[in-house]
Amino acid sequence: MTGAVVRMRAVQKVFGGGADQTHALDAIDLEIPKGAFVSLIGPSGCGKSTLLRLIGDLTQATGGTIEVNGKSAHRARLDRDYGIVFQSPVLFDWRTVERNVELPLEMSAIDRRARAERARAMLALVELSGSEKRYPWQLSGGMQQRVAIARALSFEPALLLMDEPFGALDEMTRERLNLELLGIWRKTGTTIVFVTHSIPEAVFLSTRVVVMSARPGRIIDVVEVDLPQPRNDLTREDERYFAFVTRVRERLRGGDSAQVAAKTRAAAM
Amino acid sequence: MSARLRYYGPAVLVFVGVLVLWEIVVSVFGIQQFLLPRPSAIAAAFAERFDELITVGRNTLVEAVGGLLIGGVAALAFAFATARWATASRALLPIAIAANSVPIIAFAPIMNNWFGILNPLSKMMVVAVLVFFPIMINTLRGLTLVDQTSLELMRSYAASERAVFAKVRVPNALPYIFTAVKVSATLSLIGAIVAEYFGGAQSVLGQFIITEAAFFRFANAWAAIVVASAVSVAFFLIILAIERVAIPWHASARTRDAS
Repeated sequence: MTGAVVRMRAVQKVFGGGADQTHALDAIDLEIPKGAFVSLIGPSGCGKSTLLRLIGDLTQATGGTIEVNGKSAHRARLDRDYGIVFQSPVLFDWRTVERNVELPLEMSAIDRRARAERARAMLALVELSGSEKRYPWQLSGGMQQRVAIARALSFEPALLLMDEPFGALDEMTRERLNLELLGIWRKTGTTIVFVTHSIPEAVFLSTRVVVMSARPGRIIDVVEVDLPQPRNDLTREDERYFAFVTRVRERLRGGDSAQVAAKTRAAAM
Repeated sequence: MSARLRYYGPAVLVFVGVLVLWEIVVSVFGIQQFLLPRPSAIAAAFAERFDELITVGRNTLVEAVGGLLIGGVAALAFAFATARWATASRALLPIAIAANSVPIIAFAPIMNNWFGILNPLSKMMVVAVLVFFPIMINTLRGLTLVDQTSLELMRSYAASERAVFAKVRVPNALPYIFTAVKVSATLSLIGAIVAEYFGGAQSVLGQFIITEAAFFRFANAWAAIVVASAVSVAFFLIILAIERVAIPWHASARTRDAS
């Protein structure tokens, strides 16, 4: 391992105060090594999106420490160390596809020609060459999400945060984009943190699956998925792939109480 | 071309039909000319006083456009300041909302007093006050009703407040602004003509209508109303055209190509 990109120690997140307190996250210890593809999975309300937003400094922890690239998450955000992709593409209607991809580059005061060049390269990477001058609303949902990925990667961030990026897409588009994302990950070497509630998706994509329980959100298991790389359509038919899917599913099912979690952890050893 | 005909055809037919019906009803029931002149009489009056009507129409349009510019610029400045600084918002917004309940047209004689009854500026100021609120409140809405995720995206880029304003809030507000300006275009002509009723320079639509009505030349007054309507529609269409060019990405102008 060449050092951790994300390092979280005893992180907790409490929403509200007094009697209305909600423990969204509790006792989170997590390390994400450079170049890893880590999925966060858990039932809805387990705080997996909150965890992602903590890494991105879009919300602040109420306890513990978070380091991104060896700095505070806040510093890392100011240094533009990560790109983010949300469940909705969040493209600006008033900008062409190309200009949407250029948006983060404009913040870094990169000159126009370099921006255009970079945008073209990124759009080629997500296989959208030829759509540069089109507007977001002229594209399908899957294409829009690819533009969002191109935008997030345009400034070569060390870390890519993805919050259920394919959650709103149909199954076939989702599987195709999964393959494309793996290709991009291989080509760029970016560390990816990926929130999903699809077990097969998490196993297929990740080098490591972080399984979480709900209320308070805790990490109940970390499953190392050492399926061979590069993964492809055949991976989905691999026996070991099914074994991993089953394993993650069992962890999720047994993850309702801390006791069961402890037991499964003991059993895994 | 034929598609265009099919689109506008029904409206043109209804319009012509109403004119014909009007003409027939007036002659069949023997309605007095001073109550309702026949369309043909209005057309004749229009032809006869054409040059004068163009002049008064133009003078009133200048007042309306001038007032819309003054009121519009003030409204934009106000909205930008309130959206940008929370303190400004707390200090200014309640006053603006209270001011909106004031029947602005009642100010017309005061404006005549302030800016001079013969000065077109007195009419412009009535228009300006009239259009201020709709433009201000719509602009403010456009600047503040921004998708939260867009703001988070900008936050992830460590974007400055200024960048968020320029790259998200202002473009987001443009459709709102155009909607308000379109409404205000019509409003500005109403304001200008009503302000003219309170006295001032003679060669304007309002005074023309008052004078002709006073001499029972109602066909002439109707001809002036036709001019006022035509000017209002033209003003609206010009702003619509500007909108199409300025925000071609907006839903109202979209043409979805095959994807």
